[in-house]
Amino acid sequence: MRRAELVMALALGVLSAYLMVKSAELPIGWIPREGPGGGAFPFWLSAGMLVCCVLIVLRWVLRQSPVSRSAELYFNPAARGTVMIVIIALTLMIGSIHIIGIYFAIPLFLLYYVRVIGRHNWLLSLGVSISAPVISFFFFEIALHITLPKGYSEPLFYPLYDIFL
Amino acid sequence: MLGFGIALEPLNLALVIFGCALGLFIGAMPGLGSVNGVAILLPMTFLVPPTGAIIFLAAIYYGAMYGGAISSIMLGIPGASTAVATTFDGRPLALAGKADQALITAAGASFIGGTVSVVLFTLFAPPLAEVALAFGSAEEFALMMLAFATFIGLGGDDIPKTLFSICIGLVLSAVGLDIISGEPRLIFGGLPGFFHGINFLVLAIGIYGIGEMLWTIESSSDGVKVSQASFGVGRIVLHLKGLKNTLKTTLMGSLLGYFVGILPAAGATPGSIMAYGMAKTMSKDPDSFGKGNIEGVAAPESANNAASTGSMLPMLTLGIPGSPTTAILLGGMVIWGLEPGPMLFVEHQDFVWALIASLYVANLAAMLINLAFIPAFIAILRTPFTILAPIIFVLCLVGGYAPTQSLHDIWLMLIFGVVGYLMRKLDYPLAPAVLAIVLGPLAETSMRQALIMSDGSLMIFFERPISGTIMGIAIVLFVLPAAKIYRSSIARKNN
Repeated sequence: MRRAELVMALALGVLSAYLMVKSAELPIGWIPREGPGGGAFPFWLSAGMLVCCVLIVLRWVLRQSPVSRSAELYFNPAARGTVMIVIIALTLMIGSIHIIGIYFAIPLFLLYYVRVIGRHNWLLSLGVSISAPVISFFFFEIALHITLPKGYSEPLFYPLYDIFL
Repeated sequence: MLGFGIALEPLNLALVIFGCALGLFIGAMPGLGSVNGVAILLPMTFLVPPTGAIIFLAAIYYGAMYGGAISSIMLGIPGASTAVATTFDGRPLALAGKADQALITAAGASFIGGTVSVVLFTLFAPPLAEVALAFGSAEEFALMMLAFATFIGLGGDDIPKTLFSICIGLVLSAVGLDIISGEPRLIFGGLPGFFHGINFLVLAIGIYGIGEMLWTIESSSDGVKVSQASFGVGRIVLHLKGLKNTLKTTLMGSLLGYFVGILPAAGATPGSIMAYGMAKTMSKDPDSFGKGNIEGVAAPESANNAASTGSMLPMLTLGIPGSPTTAILLGGMVIWGLEPGPMLFVEHQDFVWALIASLYVANLAAMLINLAFIPAFIAILRTPFTILAPIIFVLCLVGGYAPTQSLHDIWLMLIFGVVGYLMRKLDYPLAPAVLAIVLGPLAETSMRQALIMSDGSLMIFFERPISGTIMGIAIVLFVLPAAKIYRSSIARKNN
């Protein structure tokens, strides 16, 4: 936990510095008759973030914050693997939305989670995986008229549009 | 009466009942709470008129406050952060075979807390809105500062982390086109998705949806046991009668919760924890707290319901959310063209009174639904988490996509969720970031307008009586915790 506190503070410090540089692409000083420049608000707030990170590191050195004194592991070893797998599965699902669309990405994700991670039987896994996109389609596309991304699978939905819209 | 007329229209009444039932379900599910529930379901409200939409979301908020107690007591996992204090005594009661007493007391105390707070809300809201009509940009900015200072004042001793969270929320709100010059700023990698800014829902669902689920997956990896509870009309009546034994604690929790809820940025979580602490301090038998004292359930449950109503007061009258959930409600109101603040009480009186009346209805509906369906909610809690979790992830994704319809935002949501989860493990408070991203555009506009008026002099925030007073309170709230830490470090050195 102690090492994680330092790594996080340093990473956020770098992010803060980057945000300062990025904000400074717009004027950060006073512009006559216009007031503070467009970059001033994010610039000074990013500077505030950087100061906070320095203070967090300082408190880490002095062991003042509870986390900097903690001897606990940052990740619970029993759950680390599952959390990592879930994050990877979510990333792959979102990535695949660009290609196969949300109505194919969601069932694949659900099938993987319920069947492989949850170790439930095939019938339940397929039931959950198929019903979620069907409900989403009728709720978002038909009731709310919000089009969800379909990637290259878009043409497959033309007949459904003809029937329901 | 006008408000009740609108609130009791068939569509609005149906929305209140449906919202309460949904809120109870959301509150009872580990990993889902009022913040992510309201955020995910916001697109659903595009189907109904704005008044119905906000009534529906407010009912979800109310229902979630009731529902949070169910998983706190039955699983020992708080359904939402607002129900954390309920686990302290609710879980030991359940393990001792008194789950029914804990659940019914929680429902009764929630009802009393909700009722007391709605009455106070009705009395306080119009005069406060009248005062707020005199506010200009300097006062608006001072109020924002007060909201952020409250976080510092209540945020424990890790001030740098709280301050960091506020700053990053404000910086994220600045992404997109500069509100005054119209020039693009903070467009990372030139990605077109950043030109429309970062929607507050993307951050809220990322942190409270995906991040919260990852947190729940980790914390429930050892498996959880659902307690047994037996229910019947006789037992419900018996335990409701028993409420009179905890009435003093419940009323105290209601008042404390309401006033903590009013504080900008405080919300129901600190309200319920403070009420628990006060009940323990004032109890004749403080040692029994944490071991199954029913007053330890009544106090936080009355307080979190009262605080949820209290947090709507600054949102509606001043345009400053009192909690992360009301921050989402505020964002929703802006989408529907209802600008929260004192003018709302002038221009949309019917809406305001309909909302207030619906809170009375929602409070009653949530209690009745809760008592009637507790066995059903317990049955749902038995659904394996490995089925609920992926469904909630999918809801987060679709709910996050719907408002802006941009895949870019889905990626951002995932990044916010994972980073938020990693930060939360290190005690970074994340609620300030959500509030800050909602308040950011207003804070920046009011600050820049005030500075243009004063030709760059910061004294404009201190010279005007109202903004000067608010800024004074904000500075005290900023400085007090730092002074406390300094004093304790000196004391530690001396020892």
